[in-house]
Amino acid sequence: MSDLHTELKKSIIEQLNLEDMEVNEIENDEPLFGDGLGLDSIDALELIVLMEKDYGIKLSDPQQGKEVFNSINTMADFIEKNRTR
Amino acid sequence: MSKQLFIQDSVIIRNGKVIVNGKIIHETDADQKLSSFLKSIYKKQNFKYPKFFKMDSLSKLGYLASEILFKNKEPESKTALVFSNAASSLDTDKAYAETMNDFPSPSVFVYTLPNIMLGEISIRFQLRSENIFLINEEFDPGYYIDYSKVLFEEGKASKIVCGWVDLHNSDYDVFLCQISPGEGYDFNEEELKKLYLPTHE
Amino acid sequence: MKRNYLLSDSIISPLGFGTVENLESIHRGRSALNFHKNPIFSEDGVYAGIIPEKIINEAFNQIGNPELYTKLEKLIILAIQEVLNENPGLKLQDTGLIISTTKGNIDQLGKNEFPEERLYLWKMAEVIASFFGFEKKPVVVSNACISGALAIKTANDLISAGRFAKVIVAGGDLVSDFVLSGFQSFQAISPEPCRPFSNDRQGISLGEAAAAILIGPNGKEKEKIAYVDACTANDANHISGPSRTGEGLYLSISRLLSACNIFPEEIGFLSAHGTATTYNDEMEAIAFNRTGLEKIPVNSFKGYYGHTLGTSALIETILTKHSLLKNELFASVNFSESGVSKPLNLIKQHIHKELKLALKTASGFGGCNLAMLLKKETDE
Repeated sequence: MSDLHTELKKSIIEQLNLEDMEVNEIENDEPLFGDGLGLDSIDALELIVLMEKDYGIKLSDPQQGKEVFNSINTMADFIEKNRTR
Repeated sequence: MSKQLFIQDSVIIRNGKVIVNGKIIHETDADQKLSSFLKSIYKKQNFKYPKFFKMDSLSKLGYLASEILFKNKEPESKTALVFSNAASSLDTDKAYAETMNDFPSPSVFVYTLPNIMLGEISIRFQLRSENIFLINEEFDPGYYIDYSKVLFEEGKASKIVCGWVDLHNSDYDVFLCQISPGEGYDFNEEELKKLYLPTHE
Repeated sequence: MKRNYLLSDSIISPLGFGTVENLESIHRGRSALNFHKNPIFSEDGVYAGIIPEKIINEAFNQIGNPELYTKLEKLIILAIQEVLNENPGLKLQDTGLIISTTKGNIDQLGKNEFPEERLYLWKMAEVIASFFGFEKKPVVVSNACISGALAIKTANDLISAGRFAKVIVAGGDLVSDFVLSGFQSFQAISPEPCRPFSNDRQGISLGEAAAAILIGPNGKEKEKIAYVDACTANDANHISGPSRTGEGLYLSISRLLSACNIFPEEIGFLSAHGTATTYNDEMEAIAFNRTGLEKIPVNSFKGYYGHTLGTSALIETILTKHSLLKNELFASVNFSESGVSKPLNLIKQHIHKELKLALKTASGFGGCNLAMLLKKETDE
């Protein structure tokens, strides 16, 4: 597992207040929304803030957000390709 | 002809104590940080509701008090929520304002309305019932009585939870009680005041 | 039970000071939504309905010192003043004051222009009450975007309970950076003036306004608008996202209609919430279809005013009252083509129609929903 994957899991747990969750409980390919981690629409908005704050990536198309936030893997891929910080 | 109404169970969260029907069920140092106090109630009562951790402190107070009030008996579907406080969501407003000029936080912003707590309680107990959130300078039993009586008379509620859930510069004051026809204390201003501020405390 | 009526009213908005001016603006199809510079937005600004403080102060100078009151307090005071002017004999000792607002003086947060206490909604209400000398303590309804209509329900219920003889319901909310940045973080702000129920809608526009209305028994006019009843219902689904099935709105409408023994087809006009977000408008369309209201002429007033939050349902109720009195249906301004999955009968231009019964609905954060019935009564 790359550092970015672990870093992402840590900040998701912290930013989205997923207390009682550990980094090793989130699988890289597990869906973040729906049946997986069970995140909701406010979490998605908070992830958009996280992308901008930590990686300098502005997401404004909600459809794009859906694909990017599919799993830790898809997020990490997208960040690698688009990060400005 | 109006039905006679009575007060049944009540819950108080105040000064590091949780009091149910006059009995202390949980106590910590009064100077403990609010967030740790709220978490200690959650853990001690063995509640399993991860959404708890996502709420702001005001909603946590309302959620915990209602969870304790409904312990062992889920509420009837026509249980209305008649709530009020003095400071609205001002603590959370200030927290949001701190994020505002930097990266405005949607998950904080959403809690900058006092009635979000009613949504949280409704979601937890699947209540699709009558709701209202009023703001008064202080606990004012008359409004609960007048508003609740009309809800009963018009058949819009079979039970009502009256709630005072106030949070102001981290000072908290919570009082919830359940009202219905049947038995209990008389539903009047004097009894409500006595239950809200027990003299033996 | 004795009925209460929607008596005198006033709207203070970018579309005019007083209900008459507002109705004229609506008649001409004017919208309050203009482009305002604001660095929060990447487009350098945003469409919103804003009232310049200069105009407010000019009007306020005639009744008080504008420096002693916040912008919102002045707007609400101006609205109440107009209602009092029309009712010189009103006894303030047994008239209640109910304020509806979501954020009150939130624009003052972090500024030191007024005592910090004014951030408390009860304090703002107290300041307004003592301006006029109301003897009963005011109460505030702060229940997200249904506040304005819920305050009218509260007025009716508290009169029924014998607490007040009459009530003035007054509401107000401002366009503040606080609220703008919050809705922006929700990606809910439209880059254009909002287009409720349209296929090209892109979100809400915010507006600021205040309004006041006198509620009480014994309307003297030959034709008057009665408050029949109102129901609220929570979605019990999500604290910000509208229910995909329109559950709470469906329940509030269906409970109301069955409690009042009204069939959907008896309703002449439906004043919807219609914020122009993708999910809200879709939710309403579903709820209206589930309750058999799809053929009822419907509009959203948000294209005229923007979303005025705690005032919106109050203003829209006042406008609905005047629709009933004038037998006129107001066009849903900025509507292009239907962008919801269920049929609705959007009002495309102002038309004359005999009206007797109207339904007002509103929905908001916290999963709250409200439906209210208004009826025209004519003395023989």
